[in-house]
Amino acid sequence: MLAATVRVTRDLDLAEECVQDAFARALTTWSTEGVPANVGAWLTTVARNRALDLLRRESTLRRKLPLLVEDDVAPEPADPPEIPDDRLRLVFTCCHPALAVESQVALTLRLLCGLSTAEVARAFLVSEPTMAARITRAKKKIAEARIPYRVPARDELPARLDAVLAVLHLLFTTGHTAPAGAALVRRDLVSRAVDLTRMLHGLLPTPEVTGLLALVLLTGARSDTRTAPDGRLLLLEEQDRSRWDRTAIDEGLVLVRASLQAGRPGRYALQAAIAAVHADASTWAETDWREIAALYALLGERWPSPVVALNAAVATGMAAGPAEGLAALERLAAEPALASYPYLPAARADFLRRLGRTDEARTAYEEALLLTENQVERGFLEGRLAALA
Amino acid sequence: MSQYLVLIYGDEKAFAEGGQGLADEVMKGHMEFGTTYEKNIAGGNALQSVDTATSIRKDAKGSFSVTDGPFVETKEALGGYYLVEAADLDEAIAMAKTIPAPGGGLEIRPIMVFDR
Repeated sequence: MLAATVRVTRDLDLAEECVQDAFARALTTWSTEGVPANVGAWLTTVARNRALDLLRRESTLRRKLPLLVEDDVAPEPADPPEIPDDRLRLVFTCCHPALAVESQVALTLRLLCGLSTAEVARAFLVSEPTMAARITRAKKKIAEARIPYRVPARDELPARLDAVLAVLHLLFTTGHTAPAGAALVRRDLVSRAVDLTRMLHGLLPTPEVTGLLALVLLTGARSDTRTAPDGRLLLLEEQDRSRWDRTAIDEGLVLVRASLQAGRPGRYALQAAIAAVHADASTWAETDWREIAALYALLGERWPSPVVALNAAVATGMAAGPAEGLAALERLAAEPALASYPYLPAARADFLRRLGRTDEARTAYEEALLLTENQVERGFLEGRLAALA
Repeated sequence: MSQYLVLIYGDEKAFAEGGQGLADEVMKGHMEFGTTYEKNIAGGNALQSVDTATSIRKDAKGSFSVTDGPFVETKEALGGYYLVEAADLDEAIAMAKTIPAPGGGLEIRPIMVFDR
């Protein structure tokens, strides 16, 4: 509804006001005249008409009219098929590369998921005024630089879609493992990320979009089992697989196969494939680590990132033994991008622990703790440290 | 239609080292840009090297200080600009991508419009 109204107003603030007006009008009108058959269309029409009304009164109407690019704005009720298109336009606008990534994420949560500014601030652990300023700046940039409200042209689509997927993936990972705070999993962020990805997949089922949907479904399926009832972290090894969301896994497995079929698999498809290997194993012991290590090698070619290299090293260690894993990790020791990444010392600590190199393991756990802010993860590392003594 | 200023930044040293070959290539690129986007270009110029720049500041006491060099020292120097008309930022970006900027890049700034 917001998306359809933005198409008229080309001004996000104004669109939000009109949407609120429409809801207010609904409360009064429907109690006397009854609820209309097509609620969505009614609300959208009212919001758009209100927007047109307001624009007509402003002297800037003449300036804004040229912005009503694509079609003429029809005063008739919006057909439901139009609404998904507008959400697509909105997501590409929110995730425009001319906006800072943190702004892309904030706008997506605020405008597509309908989170309040306070809720978005909480999601990213900044103060509400800071988040409000960030969102205002982003809207200002959209208006003043005239970032267009449209789905990108075919030749731009791959790069622009990449940006959208990166935002959705970031939303998901922030929810799946919160960077700080008392909870490990932020269910609300995870479900928003899944919903948005699903919406995108419904409209643009490219292999990478399919891959991302598979990834978030397969990984999200484990959300309930990642912490024990007392709140402590449970490793993949310790999770009760019977409580993994089988429906999500089944859907994810179908999607991952689809995403891998089309030519050269992209990074989301490959990550989903790795998650699928875990989902396929009915116990930790049955995990096909060689398959996972091979998939990470492919992923590393597709997406040469130090984090991927770290994950590949861990998989190698699981497949070939802790000494091999440690050797692979040593090769990343000087990697500047990983300098403050807690999972590097944590992985080293684990392999050192398995090799009985207790003193070195202790140092590594301490290093990991210095870099870890999430309370649940800290609890886990402290537990490991205590067990070494 | 909106106006944007496209600022062209380049590594002057690398450009000089590229010799006549690079200079010819860049000139060709600008001529093609001028032809393709003739209707959109409202202005543009190459600038003399950053060595020829003069900066003016006012100090706390209000007196002017005139110095040699650019206002901000950067690795890539401002080498030229185009003033273009575009329907929106995406169109401006698409245009800017065709402007030669070896060893540097481009900045796109929307022109401020003052309501009458």
